[in-house]
Amino acid sequence: MQLPLGIEVPIPTFEQFVFIQVALLTAVAGLAVVMSRNLFHSALALTLTFFGVAGVYVFLEAEFLAVSQVLVYVGAIAMLIAFAIMLTRSMMYGRTSPLNNQWGKSSLFAFLFFIGLLAFARATPWPAPGEEVIADEALIGALGREFVTTYVIAFEVLGLLLLLALVGAVMLARDR
Amino acid sequence: MQVTQWSEALSSWLMGLGLPGWAAIFLVYAVGSFILINYGMLSVLLLIWITRKAISRIQDRIGPNRVGKYGLLQTVADAAKLLSKEDITPYEADKIAYNLSPVLSVFGVLMLLAVIPFAPGLTGVDLNVAALYVVALGSIGIMAALMAGWGSNNKYALLAGFRVVAQLLSYEIPLVLAILTVVLLTGSMRFGQIVELQSLHIGGFNLGLGWLGIVMPGALIVFFVSSLAEAELTPFDLLEAESELIAGFHIEYSGMKFAMFFLAQFLNAWILAAVAVTLFLGGWQGPGVGLPVIGPLLGLGYFMIKVYGIYVLQQWIRGTFPRIRIDQMMYFAWKVLVPLMIGLIVAQAIIQKLPTPVAVQYVLIFIANVGVMAVVAYVLQKYFREEQMRTKRSFEPSSLIGSMQVSEKGTMY
Repeated sequence: MQLPLGIEVPIPTFEQFVFIQVALLTAVAGLAVVMSRNLFHSALALTLTFFGVAGVYVFLEAEFLAVSQVLVYVGAIAMLIAFAIMLTRSMMYGRTSPLNNQWGKSSLFAFLFFIGLLAFARATPWPAPGEEVIADEALIGALGREFVTTYVIAFEVLGLLLLLALVGAVMLARDR
Repeated sequence: MQVTQWSEALSSWLMGLGLPGWAAIFLVYAVGSFILINYGMLSVLLLIWITRKAISRIQDRIGPNRVGKYGLLQTVADAAKLLSKEDITPYEADKIAYNLSPVLSVFGVLMLLAVIPFAPGLTGVDLNVAALYVVALGSIGIMAALMAGWGSNNKYALLAGFRVVAQLLSYEIPLVLAILTVVLLTGSMRFGQIVELQSLHIGGFNLGLGWLGIVMPGALIVFFVSSLAEAELTPFDLLEAESELIAGFHIEYSGMKFAMFFLAQFLNAWILAAVAVTLFLGGWQGPGVGLPVIGPLLGLGYFMIKVYGIYVLQQWIRGTFPRIRIDQMMYFAWKVLVPLMIGLIVAQAIIQKLPTPVAVQYVLIFIANVGVMAVVAYVLQKYFREEQMRTKRSFEPSSLIGSMQVSEKGTMY
């Protein structure tokens, strides 16, 4: 497509068109998390961001990761955050300002973090288009095999950590 | 048996007519999802009619019989009434959460229709992680209930919203574990493949009766019970306990928004029945589905008969069981269903690693299922007997403990 000033703009393919929508949704929802004046709305926007990231995973043909993202982040983490916000009622009703006196420093660090991520993304050897990638059931099987072979210690430690958290929650909640 | 997906067949036909590839696929999926979503919405009319008729018969009533033949159009009349009602927004309600919640609850349920295999080759998408997808989408319904409870600015709605989260999160765990047993046995999370593995060939003829529910009745029963809880049906319908919480998290909703919560609830019950049929009762499998032309039609028929059968069973339970208390509900999920399922999974994982033929493994899994269920039933029976003794004792005056049997005989005075 030729724009008036002689700038060449490639026409997006159908996948790219849908990807732009998903990416925009994720980015706008992410902005809403930090800009919203109501803490509960921030939590809802965070949930939407998690969905958007799941959509990006679908574009990367990692359906398992996308579904796990919805299961863990929307099902558990967003719920946890919503509960935590609801239990701090005073923050809910007052209109909180999204800015405090540290916004300058934190925006600087956010920018530096973004630069770091960008450098990391450029240094990663991504598979070229058309290259053979593991997909579908083979991917899930390979993932499971990695968990019980290469990463078995990390996997077990995570399981132990979750068990400890569960025991701790029961200890806090039981009748005395 | 190589089954062609409807979407592939249709899009290749469209491409043969000269349409570009992306347009053909887009058109096919747009039409497919339009039909699927409208089917889902309209089938709720039938589901509500079945519920009303079934519960009426159980309660010795006739049920709706004035609008349309056998009262079939009663729900249409009710929907028209709900449409004409005033749309109320409570004072100082959180507008975003309040208005988004009914939409989200229907959205979460309708999305589930996409992975249900209705007949050979007739699935919205044969997703390779369909079993996990079903579980993941349940969390949208939980989020919607929480948003409704918070957004209504009503403390009863908020309390009911907390109850919904507690119940749905608790019963999600036995549900996932029951699905896991099927995934462990079939080695696939693809619904199409799970259904195809449940065929039973005798002399080249597909009898279609190799249902996994026969091999593992324990997992089937746990799945059914937890799906009752997930669909908020009796005996787990304390989320709309009229005497305690007035109506539940949707107390402040009126008109069509209220109707949307009910639409989601009825459709969710039907879809969970469909998932139960897909995983445990053979999906569209049945005698003669392997036949060339009539096979897919027979498959669709078998699937519908099974799903509506399970749905009627759910309504039967709804008409006969009393509502349980919240502590009993949590107790049952965490102390009965979860240990039962973990026992079953450990037993099944060991059995599947034994160096025996598959048929022997199936028999062993069946024995393990029955054994674990028998142990749980024995423990429960013992617990309930002790519980009964305890409650009896707590009603007696302490000075009379141990002397009641004497007084019954009349020899005390």
